[in-house]
Amino acid sequence: MATTIPYFPGCTCKSDALGFEQSSKAALRELGYELKEWERWTCCGTVYSMASDDLMHQLAPVRNLIRVQEQGADRVVAICSMCYNTLRQAADLVRDDPEKLRKINDYLYDEVDFKGGVRVMHLLELLRDVVGWDAVRARVRRPLKGLKVVPYYGCTLVRPKGVAIDDREQPRVMHDLLAALGAEVVDSPFKVECCGSYEAVNRPDIVAAKCHRILADAAKRGTDLVVTSCPLCEFNLDEGQDRIRSAVAGFKGVPVVYFSSLMAVAFDLPEAEWGLQGSHVDPRQVIAARLAAKKEGA
Amino acid sequence: MARIGVFVCHCGLNIAGTVDVKRVVAEVGKLPDVAHAEDYIFMCSDPGQLMVQARIREMGLQGLVMANCSPTLHEKTFRRAAEVAGLNPYLVEVANIREAAAWPHQKQPEEATRKAIAIIASTVEKVKQNISLHTIKVPVTKSVMVIGGGVAGIQAALDCADAGLQVHLVERRSSIGGVMASLSETFPTLDCPQCILTPKMTQAGKHDRIRIHAYSEVEEVTGFVGNFKAKVRHKATYIDWKKCTGCGVCMTVCPTKKIPSEYDSGMADRTAAYIPFPQAVPNRAVIDAEHCLYLTKGKCGICAKKCPAGAIHYQDNASVEELEVGAIIAATGLEVMGTEEFGEYGAGSIPDVVTGLQFERLLAPSGPTKGKVLRPSDGKEPKEVAFLQCIGSRDPENYNAYCSKVCCMYTGKQAMLYKHAVHDGQAYVFYIDIRSDGKGYEEFIQRAMEEERVLYLRGKVSKVFQDGDRVVVWAVDTLTQRWVELRVDMVVLATASRPSKGVKELAQKLRIATDEHGWLKEAHLKLQPVETLTAGIYIAGAAQFVKDITDTVAQASGAAAKAIALLSKDFLERAPLIACVDQDLCVGCGNCERFCAYGAIAVDPVTGKAAVNEGLCEGCGGCAAHCPSGAATLTNYGKKQVFDMITALLSEGAVQG
Repeated sequence: MATTIPYFPGCTCKSDALGFEQSSKAALRELGYELKEWERWTCCGTVYSMASDDLMHQLAPVRNLIRVQEQGADRVVAICSMCYNTLRQAADLVRDDPEKLRKINDYLYDEVDFKGGVRVMHLLELLRDVVGWDAVRARVRRPLKGLKVVPYYGCTLVRPKGVAIDDREQPRVMHDLLAALGAEVVDSPFKVECCGSYEAVNRPDIVAAKCHRILADAAKRGTDLVVTSCPLCEFNLDEGQDRIRSAVAGFKGVPVVYFSSLMAVAFDLPEAEWGLQGSHVDPRQVIAARLAAKKEGA
Repeated sequence: MARIGVFVCHCGLNIAGTVDVKRVVAEVGKLPDVAHAEDYIFMCSDPGQLMVQARIREMGLQGLVMANCSPTLHEKTFRRAAEVAGLNPYLVEVANIREAAAWPHQKQPEEATRKAIAIIASTVEKVKQNISLHTIKVPVTKSVMVIGGGVAGIQAALDCADAGLQVHLVERRSSIGGVMASLSETFPTLDCPQCILTPKMTQAGKHDRIRIHAYSEVEEVTGFVGNFKAKVRHKATYIDWKKCTGCGVCMTVCPTKKIPSEYDSGMADRTAAYIPFPQAVPNRAVIDAEHCLYLTKGKCGICAKKCPAGAIHYQDNASVEELEVGAIIAATGLEVMGTEEFGEYGAGSIPDVVTGLQFERLLAPSGPTKGKVLRPSDGKEPKEVAFLQCIGSRDPENYNAYCSKVCCMYTGKQAMLYKHAVHDGQAYVFYIDIRSDGKGYEEFIQRAMEEERVLYLRGKVSKVFQDGDRVVVWAVDTLTQRWVELRVDMVVLATASRPSKGVKELAQKLRIATDEHGWLKEAHLKLQPVETLTAGIYIAGAAQFVKDITDTVAQASGAAAKAIALLSKDFLERAPLIACVDQDLCVGCGNCERFCAYGAIAVDPVTGKAAVNEGLCEGCGGCAAHCPSGAATLTNYGKKQVFDMITALLSEGAVQG
């Protein structure tokens, strides 16, 4: 019997990051958990709830938390780092300030009052704190031996301080997951550096400069793949490589993948469930090459 | 009927401008027991005091109510005056009609006058029931225990001993010397500790009146000012110090050689049997039981075979000694934060990122590199070194809100000494501000900048990481508003100072307070910086807060002066306004014992009744308030006395005047 956990997808996991959701669901199913999304989820609040100091922009995340409460659940899992961050910040805000909670509830008069007490978790937290690395390791059928990976955390998993799921400067959680999958984990000093984020809209040159530093460092360390947990980071680092290539002579691309795709690979699920079909810089050749080389060696 | 005199002061117009003093004198003169009432313009003046003394003698007054200003101003004045005239000083009380009546009611003279009368009437009730008291004399033990053998403890010990006191200097490591002994050179004079500290250590070691209890810790302190009893644990050294000559043979033969040396802040290793550094005082070896092969596994024993003095003693030779001392000076110093923290700056993961204290050892001629600056990873001479200030200081979000005070100066010094050692090297210093507020300090920093060409960049570092064999530093230069990336060979973190480990526990044993960071708390930050709230216990040096050597030595001499003054008399005199227990009423429930903040009252196991320790009681009255049977009272503040005072204060006649 699988354990069912309320799951908040958010917009990108239904568009650009379909593969992230697909591989996360598949991998979690293998570990005995069902990520179950509900009807009528709405926008997480995205950058608006973070960038403004009013309560109006917290309505969207709180409304989603009310949906979780309606299901009688006390936790919700997000896979997108940004969704995790906005939902978690909203949950903390109303937990710490009953007056603000009252105002929001009054405003959302057509909804049931939110009572607090919903724990917002990122999937990586669930894997670390609930599932455990031993259970992950036990499910591995095709260890990622020989695959050199750089975990890249970006900002929203570890900032601000209150909602960080790990050490802000030296996070380990993805390192530990990838090590449990058997990959060769390479630490990069750029693992929490900014990818350029929403400047992708107005100033793609800034994004290119930022991502170039991150990718060049990864390439210098002989990396096969950069691993992320954020659809926006993935977009900037992956799609953005065209722009870098045209600006920097001799730039060699590095494929960028979600951590969940590598779980699907290591769990030896069918390739259709890896969720890599949408990748811009295709990671499948290097995965095939490394894992085949290992098989030959073995 | 008692014969009480009431003296009403005008205090110029301070009182008389509002309170009708003539009416006050007339009204209080009618109170039963008041034999005489009189007013005068300045009662505290010489003529005023002489008048009071004359009335005591002429009229045989048995108690005085001085109606004037606050007792904190002139209670002592009038008590002394009364004593000269033959009246016991504790039969004199102040009725404060200035701060309590005249000043707050300047626009209501009628009410102020009535209030003054009520206050005086109430005070008359108190004086009527006061009894004569005599100063308590407590004999003193003319010796001092100094806890901590750093430069503060050494200085305090030497000063006390030179003044004729017997000194017990307790140090938890096997040698005195403290943090200062590990330094390369000291700012701003560039004296080396070997030149200026070692002589003081030797002097302390050889002084007739100083006994060094090295490798020892204070276990328990009881007693009170002038008469403390301290239990000191002499930890097991496994070497008989009476036989040990400090020859060092055990160190050369000991096979366990890879223990990070505390003295070298881990920049070098030591053996399990060791003397921490060549100038150690006392120059005796100890065996580190945690690492010794014989003590952990029962194998080896080579030092016992080779020791020419036959001093090795594998049986635990710990012992507890009880000392009797009159005063205690806590000089427990500071600890510099190490590389177990600050992972965000690469501390602990990048070998060429070291703390300031570790860099001291690379600069020191007595250090593992003999004063050559060689970096830990590959032993090469670093050509570029970045010094990062305020690591863990002025950072309330993550570490300490306070400024660690000495880092600006020691960083400047280290950059300078680095340049002396590596002439073609470049030193960079990242700073928030430069705090160089001592004698010769600003000039010293200027010299580092201008003559030694140390490059100062104002800005905090955001990231430090290894790249090949170099260390990359990201920062912002806030003066040019530019992003800075430096590739250097070595990074030195000026890590924050914090109180030594175990200070909180020690403070509890001493019954003294610590502040929110764990520094020992002084009685008053500005005016009593070496005293604590416990009489007879003083603090010195960086135990109170981070200090440089200059300030540490000054404060240590200050603490010593306080201890010397305290113990200069044969008896300590204490005010007799303390608690007492009526033995007929006491049932021995022990409530008072539980509530006493000073440990000054206890149930005697023989009599089963509570008894007050006159040397410890501070006269707070807590026991009296908690005593269910009314046996514990505060002298001259008895229950009946206080109720009679209240009754007088509220009585219709008094209030209406």
